[in-house]
Amino acid sequence: MKPAVADVWSWLDQVPDPEIPVISVVDLGIVRDVQWNGDALEIAVTPTYSGCPATSVISMDIETALHDRGIELVRIQSRISPPWTTDWLSEKGRAKLVEYGIAPPQAAGGPKACPRCDSTDVERINQFGSTPCKAQWRCKDCLEPFDYFKCI
Amino acid sequence: MSDAAYFEFLCRMGDNTLVLGHRVSEWCGVAPALEEDIALANTALDLIGQTQMWLGLAGEVEGAGRSADDLAMLRDVWDFRNALLVEQPNGDFGQTMMRQFLFDAWHVAMLDALQQSSEPRVAEIAAKAAKEAAYHVDRSGDTVIRLGDGTTESHRRMQAALDLLWPYVGELFVADDIDTAMTKTGIAPDLAALRAAFDARVEDVMAQATLTIPDDNFAHKGGKSGFRHSEHLGHMLTEMQWLQRAYPGASW
Repeated sequence: MKPAVADVWSWLDQVPDPEIPVISVVDLGIVRDVQWNGDALEIAVTPTYSGCPATSVISMDIETALHDRGIELVRIQSRISPPWTTDWLSEKGRAKLVEYGIAPPQAAGGPKACPRCDSTDVERINQFGSTPCKAQWRCKDCLEPFDYFKCI
Repeated sequence: MSDAAYFEFLCRMGDNTLVLGHRVSEWCGVAPALEEDIALANTALDLIGQTQMWLGLAGEVEGAGRSADDLAMLRDVWDFRNALLVEQPNGDFGQTMMRQFLFDAWHVAMLDALQQSSEPRVAEIAAKAAKEAAYHVDRSGDTVIRLGDGTTESHRRMQAALDLLWPYVGELFVADDIDTAMTKTGIAPDLAALRAAFDARVEDVMAQATLTIPDDNFAHKGGKSGFRHSEHLGHMLTEMQWLQRAYPGASW
């Protein structure tokens, strides 16, 4: 019997992002569609940044997770339109980012507060960070550098 | 529409990002500061990612079974269609950032216009790439300003970089038969029409950077047509393509 699409979504919500393992690929908003086509389960995945090396790992992790649930035929389609936006991050995902020490994206273009001490006295070090989706910021109160998940 | 012209156009887009992406990646591990190293590597990564989309589509349009990897790694120098600007060597960090800014200023204008392409797949790729290019031009523009309006030495180097690279800007805006065919079918914009936005941005940044744009608008040509690349591209390809040439089909 084919598992329900809703179950598949909940399983995918347990597949961690390889770079930021506290959030799932569903939290990240890159899983755009799940549907059965005959015996094949088709998953549409939208890349975050065009060259993000995590993208192929994510596809592999999704396949492995679904194979483990007994689904044999999984087809992953890369869907670039509409392009991924940080607006698709889930509320749950945003909360987990803060807990993990990464400031979530804000429409204003910079972090609301330092994820460690909550100070709003922060400054940008570099628009580019340890992964394509992050920028480097620094808190001027606790003096700690931190990652900011930048808006795109 | 001629598929041959469309294929050429897609190679131009993809080869620009491929060649510049490789050039920028040459800084990985040796940039003047850790933050700059990371920024350069991320920029290179974005450009290579965009290459996969452009050359992937080029391979489909060509219909000869060539993948993006085949096009990138198995074509010889005369088949490359990138503009001469992006194949110029890195020079010092300032020269690299000047090249980046001049390209980015064209790239954002081009990608902006391509989002209205009559070909939905071109519009989709442009929409994706435009988001990344916006971050690139912010940073390259800021860096040009900081170094141009910096010390006597950094100013001297940035002016020298601008003087050196300016003759390669014109090629980006001069339409040939391929460009004209693309404009007619609505796939790509009239290149000359992008010049005003480019000039406005570049003039603003150069003024803040206290740098002087050369008067002479002489333009080197021959990159995007493949007619005459500079000698630098061949040297770059020997390094970039070495692994696939020595061990065909190698992957990891």
